[in-house]
Amino acid sequence: MHATAPNPVIEAVADQPLLRVASLGVRFGSQHVLRDITLDLAAGETLVILGESGCGKTVLLKSMIGLVRPSAGEVAFEGRSLSRLSDRQLAHLRTRYGFVFQGAALFDSLTIADNIAFPLREHTRIPEKEVREIVASLVDEVGLPRSVLVKKPVELSGGMRKRAGLARALALDPNLVLYDEPTTGLDPIMTDVINELILRVRLRPNVASVVVTHDMNTARKVADRVIMLYPLFRLRPDESQIVFSGTPADLDRSNDPRIRQFVEGRAGSRLMELQEEQALAAAGVAAAVEEQSA
Amino acid sequence: MASAPSPSAVPGGLTGRLAELIAGLGDFAIATVAGIGDVALFSLRTVGWIFARPQRRDVLLPNFYRIGVMSLPVVALTGLFIGMVLAVQSFAQFKALGLETRLGSVINLSLVRELGPVLAATMLAGRVGSAMAAELGTMRVTEQIDALESMGANPIYYLVVPRFLGCLFLIPSLTVMADFMGVLGGYFYSHVLLGIDHHHYWANSREYVDVFDFLMGVFKSLFFGAAIALVSCHHGFHCEPGAEGVGKAATNAFVHSFVLILVLDLFLGIWLNNVHDFFRPEGPRRLL
Repeated sequence: MHATAPNPVIEAVADQPLLRVASLGVRFGSQHVLRDITLDLAAGETLVILGESGCGKTVLLKSMIGLVRPSAGEVAFEGRSLSRLSDRQLAHLRTRYGFVFQGAALFDSLTIADNIAFPLREHTRIPEKEVREIVASLVDEVGLPRSVLVKKPVELSGGMRKRAGLARALALDPNLVLYDEPTTGLDPIMTDVINELILRVRLRPNVASVVVTHDMNTARKVADRVIMLYPLFRLRPDESQIVFSGTPADLDRSNDPRIRQFVEGRAGSRLMELQEEQALAAAGVAAAVEEQSA
Repeated sequence: MASAPSPSAVPGGLTGRLAELIAGLGDFAIATVAGIGDVALFSLRTVGWIFARPQRRDVLLPNFYRIGVMSLPVVALTGLFIGMVLAVQSFAQFKALGLETRLGSVINLSLVRELGPVLAATMLAGRVGSAMAAELGTMRVTEQIDALESMGANPIYYLVVPRFLGCLFLIPSLTVMADFMGVLGGYFYSHVLLGIDHHHYWANSREYVDVFDFLMGVFKSLFFGAAIALVSCHHGFHCEPGAEGVGKAATNAFVHSFVLILVLDLFLGIWLNNVHDFFRPEGPRRLL
């Protein structure tokens, strides 16, 4: 399966995709999570990956930066396959990425300033005074007060931590920013703030973004293109795991019941599955009680 | 989706139970060999990163402080009490033989060869090893280790090497502290409370405890320190999700470190006795 970019502007610059995922498969032990995923990401494009919990969105995102090793297929950044790079080469390549983790993943033992400065100190020889200036400008860019710089992550609210995580991800001027559930657990106002920040990151020259979310508002607001993943265990072996690829408007127009169910947020047959599971569990308990009393 | 085989698929009777037993043993053997291999690779990578790139002072010093300085009081207190306990337990037997003045030799020899290093290592495994496993486990669960990797930084270089060097370099000092406080505690109890003459106490100690005994304990402690750091960090790195996973990592770090300390103590003890005999062919000294 090949998911093409419908946006003609993006098509024009997509001769050499920034990131190519080719026939990617991932499994943990005997459990298959991803199967035969193929997609291209152009420079400057914002791709949103939608899907219900447990369908493999985060695994796909982590595969894109080499944090999860594929069991089949490959991921290539500017034509260089991640799995063929040495540890040193991969570490160097990762300076072209920014990763915003679901829980921000700021280092507890460091202040916010040291967290944001970490990639600069690790990979550049920028003088300390300049590092501090860059950190301050990043904090301004994500709309945090400078007073947070001396605080530890634990002293910040969830929204502030996510913004600090975004500031850290932008420290090395990445070409590709990966967002893992950037708005999960935030109030609607902070969700909109994060969406605006994702849009602002798009304005940076040649920055592509991949946003994993199950928030339809985020998808509609930030996406050039949307793909939707479906859990493997609900699919037949011959079915593609990417059940949709197109613009957010196409997603809203889709008649596929699987997509409609997700877009409209209906439990549908899942409720029946839940009731069946509960009935089975109750039957199991009754049988155990009967056996015990016998 | 593949479904698990139903219980009825397993052949019943003695053959079935035997097959299950053999399969269980096979699984255990494979898991054990894979686990040992994993720890070995983890250790090799750690040693490799020590030489690949020098550590930053601002990363190293806080780890040294936490591992060494913060452990001193508890190690000193344990050493002091174990010295006194040795005096309490040995006195009756030695008095029955009329050899109570030899108490110093047995207390001090036991302390510098065995109890000092093993106790210092046990306290380090309990205080520092569990904490390291819990800290790294939490970092794993909250994706902080992934964050390090995503920024092109090596987690072993940043998280394991400073802790490994801290344990390796500071456990000899902790062992010396445990030895010193144990000797002090043993002397205090023997002389002040049991009334043993201090001249004979020290004269016998000097006769039976030599510098080799002291160095043997310090030398063994280096292996204990390395084992504690590697086992604890490995458990932290491979922590299972959730609070239960972190708790399990911390518990297993202590239990496995402690078992490894005792196993290493046995084999290092045998080997070092052979080394001692090689340099002193007149054979072992007799206390009694």
